[in-house]
Amino acid sequence: MMESTQKKDIYILAIESSCDETAASVVKNGREVLSNIISSQIDLHTLYGGVVPEIASRKHIEKINQVIEQALEQAGMTLKEVDAIAVTYGPGLVGALLVGVSAAKALAFAAQKPLIGVHHIEGHISANFIENKELEPPFVCLVVSGGHSHLVVVKDYGEYEIIGRTRDDAAGEAFDKVARAIGLGYPGGPKIDKLSKEGNPDAIHFPRAKVEDNAYDFSFSGLKSAVLNYLNSCQMKGETVNRADVAASFQKAVIDVLVEHGIHAVQQYGLNKFAIAGGVASNSSLRAAFEKECTKRNIAFYHPSPIFCTDNAAMIGVAGYYEYLKGVRHGYDLNAVPNLRLGERI
Amino acid sequence: MKIAALDSSGLVATVAVTENGVLTGEYTTNYKKTHSQTLLPMLDELKRMIDLELESIDAIAIAKGPGSFTGLRIGAATAKGLAQALEKPIIPVPTVDALAYNLYGTDKLICPIMDARRSQVYTGLYHFVKKDAGQEFTLELHTEMAQCAISVQELAEILNVRGEEVIFLGDGVPVYASALRELLKVPFTFAPASCNRQRAACVAVLGEKLFEKGIFQTAAEHAPDYLRLSQAERERMEADEAKKKQLNQMETAKN
Repeated sequence: MMESTQKKDIYILAIESSCDETAASVVKNGREVLSNIISSQIDLHTLYGGVVPEIASRKHIEKINQVIEQALEQAGMTLKEVDAIAVTYGPGLVGALLVGVSAAKALAFAAQKPLIGVHHIEGHISANFIENKELEPPFVCLVVSGGHSHLVVVKDYGEYEIIGRTRDDAAGEAFDKVARAIGLGYPGGPKIDKLSKEGNPDAIHFPRAKVEDNAYDFSFSGLKSAVLNYLNSCQMKGETVNRADVAASFQKAVIDVLVEHGIHAVQQYGLNKFAIAGGVASNSSLRAAFEKECTKRNIAFYHPSPIFCTDNAAMIGVAGYYEYLKGVRHGYDLNAVPNLRLGERI
Repeated sequence: MKIAALDSSGLVATVAVTENGVLTGEYTTNYKKTHSQTLLPMLDELKRMIDLELESIDAIAIAKGPGSFTGLRIGAATAKGLAQALEKPIIPVPTVDALAYNLYGTDKLICPIMDARRSQVYTGLYHFVKKDAGQEFTLELHTEMAQCAISVQELAEILNVRGEEVIFLGDGVPVYASALRELLKVPFTFAPASCNRQRAACVAVLGEKLFEKGIFQTAAEHAPDYLRLSQAERERMEADEAKKKQLNQMETAKN
């Protein structure tokens, strides 16, 4: 009798291939990561100064099985033992997404397992559940990456309300462009973060853009232009540019806006929990700034470790688990949806 | 031997199951839906219709390329997922060879053409040749020109030099029929709807022959054969070559 009343453990095999990382993971009960395998293509794309979609897709197809096999092996499981297969089906590069989606569907079909399509950004947000066992909705989450800048109210598991978004460049995109302009190369985020530590964040004043009709929206293209103009005018005047100062001042301008919007949102919505997610969430200065401002106001601050900030499949396994509990199941006609909106279900 | 075969290299999506020389079931569509929405649902439908036990499949045959890059990857990822879950080998079948196999028995030159964009076609040239000299003979697909990407002009020149009667088939026909009519100096015809597009049964039959020759791979090993670099790689190589040329010219000028 005891055994039958015990809750059965749920194991999700998750697959992620939306951009330039081929990843697979096994997650137990939505919170415990048994394996987290990531095959990164970053060195390859560095040659081209950014992700080349066709090359990314070709690499995904070469790595997909190995990554899945390793994830199962490291978790000490066979495909037969998992309860469901979760896969990122959008947003992202369509050709890249299709590799993971097609492979996941075939695995689910051949092994007779339920299939769950997961939203990539919902995955990033869910990465916060891995190391913060006490964290539960509702909370406010700032998602910042190369392709996304969203301020989201997480109302419940799988229930999201986007309250702010970028009007132009994503935060990570601005990092990449500025990094290129000061000769740091790709990927810009980590390189600017590192160089900033040697610079003075107050050396140059770059603008903090406000968006007229929505206090939570972002705009980073003006800031990017201001940096480029500054570099140009230095060149015209024959002045040497202190790259560390430019990096530090630019980064501070981005962070100031993100922190101001984030804190404003969590207070306006009467919540006391704030989380960050996405590739830019591993930026050390961004974390430090939020830590400081949240502590000041008695707001609990959460962030994933860098390994769960980058694109990974563990986060897809976590989001997939909560979808699984809700009874979400996808058919074998599941398609990649490159522009899938947060909270949207197709 | 039981083979499940898939081909999503072109506009057609097609799946088939063959067992010891018998086609148990085949499902082919040539419709505007993406292969991501059709290929696996078709296999699922076929499975139900013929009570297929997936574990009884001995190998997965897949049209390995050339073809639409995305189409090839949908097929490859599907085959790789099936092969990994079922722990069965993948047999990579050249797309154009399988297309040619549609015209089993002809003594004419077979020329499949697939639209490869950038005013090129994926094509190849084939004959069926007698294998056994006795009263009962078999025919084997013989490759005269291996599958490749070339312009229609180049193809027409090759065919004109060969001077043989030729049958065309494939989804390149509607695109290039009028160009071929203008360029060709040899007798030619276009195959009818019953045998002018990819069919997974052909992939399965050729796949079994390749398997007997020891040509098969693990799920992890398989990747499509695109016959083309990506645009970014091509441009990078061209830029590198241009740079090399310039350096060479500068060297020569110095000397």
